[in-house]
Amino acid sequence: MKYTEEHEWLRAEDDLIVVGITEHAAEQLGDIVFVELPEVGTTVSKDDECVVIESVKAASDILAPLDGEIVEVNAALVDNPGAVNDDPLGDAWFFKIKPDDLSQMDDYLSEAQYKDMIA
Amino acid sequence: MTGLLKTPLHGLHLELGARMVAFAGYDMPVQYAPGVMKEHIHCRDAAGLFDVSHMGQVILRGDNYPAIAHALEALIPVNIADLAPGRQRYGFFTNDAGGILDDLMLANRGDHLFLVVNAACKQADLAHLRAHLSGIEITEVTDRALVALQGPQAEAALARLAPAVAQMRFMDVLTLDILGADCWVSRSGYTGEDGFEISVPADRAEALVRALLVDERVLPIGLGARDSLRLEAGLCLYGHDMDAEVSPVEAGLAWAIQKVRRSGGDRAGGFPGAGRILSELDAGASRLRVGLLPEGRAPMREGTPLFADAEAAEPIGAVTSGAFGPTLGAPMSMGYLPVDLATPGTEILGEVRGKRLPARVATLPFVPARFKR
Repeated sequence: MKYTEEHEWLRAEDDLIVVGITEHAAEQLGDIVFVELPEVGTTVSKDDECVVIESVKAASDILAPLDGEIVEVNAALVDNPGAVNDDPLGDAWFFKIKPDDLSQMDDYLSEAQYKDMIA
Repeated sequence: MTGLLKTPLHGLHLELGARMVAFAGYDMPVQYAPGVMKEHIHCRDAAGLFDVSHMGQVILRGDNYPAIAHALEALIPVNIADLAPGRQRYGFFTNDAGGILDDLMLANRGDHLFLVVNAACKQADLAHLRAHLSGIEITEVTDRALVALQGPQAEAALARLAPAVAQMRFMDVLTLDILGADCWVSRSGYTGEDGFEISVPADRAEALVRALLVDERVLPIGLGARDSLRLEAGLCLYGHDMDAEVSPVEAGLAWAIQKVRRSGGDRAGGFPGAGRILSELDAGASRLRVGLLPEGRAPMREGTPLFADAEAAEPIGAVTSGAFGPTLGAPMSMGYLPVDLATPGTEILGEVRGKRLPARVATLPFVPARFKR
């Protein structure tokens, strides 16, 4: 598992990367009330805004962590955005991306580095 | 946080695990551990306790009540003179352009008038009062906290400490001894629920709040849920849903201007901006505050421009408050629209992140009020 400075987690699953937000991010955002997901098949570049999440407080974006193609999205979040607060590391993943270049993962933080960052 | 003021309950908020934010110059709790959604729902289901000590408390004294009321009616387009002792009323200070300087609660407490004004406006309000009221003693009350207890269980929870509150009706005010403290209690609030607002000496506030929180029906509620509760109740937030440009008629507050202050009334006019406000009361305003229900789940937040159709180049209005309504279970907004588009059911479009999404004009409140009249 890798982490971005924007509080996303990235988990390898076969040749795909699953993307979600950390417990710390979910807690800081507060109750999530709206999730807008990208369309499956969208080609994204690293740092493209690809998910909109809104909490009771404000809207924020999730950026594409890698260049690649969105191959699957977690459509259940659209009807149940609160799942992001209930299980941010498990059921409430946002999308799976097929990366063009897996070496982009090397730029990201280890769990220990991420924990240091939010400490 | 440096430079922020603290209410008498600040230490208790920290002890209760509140997340604090700067609001109107005060370090205030925006939420506690349960979070905005659960706090909101708890207030509607049981009872919520709010620290609103940042708000301004002001006492006006003069020769007698009629003298004070008469003076204040020169600044506020409300029937203050006929307000009975032990009763409270909603009102607002207007400016010469007919806009709103602040909204407030005013209570007839027998030999004096008691005002509760917005935190962000209180210094300006005091200066306004001092500049315009002669022969009236104006005192800012700085040695008292203000707490609100709101929700269907508020009466039962407060009656444990002060049985007399059960006899109060909506907008009654009463001086009560609660746990040995001299409390000024009104049956009112900012949530659409039944409830009370209690002015308590600062050094007794924490004991009162702790005694209320012992009751498991009562949970502390932060400013986050206070905002979603008032928006579901269709209540305006000064500086957002109304300001110095917006008239009371545009803001849908004409109900607060009694007949006696309108054209043909015994004390018609005689307040700042009376020309515009009286003519809007007679002929209508050109724009109105409306409720808006967006389709789908995307909230239309403050500042969202509103359009008549997909092609229109210019917006016809904007959202002034918008959030997700936890009790409503859907997003909700308030904003201003031209009067011909302000009828409930009218479909308009709000532009969110570059996309024009449909929303329907809705009647306010979004969630019915449950006052004990």
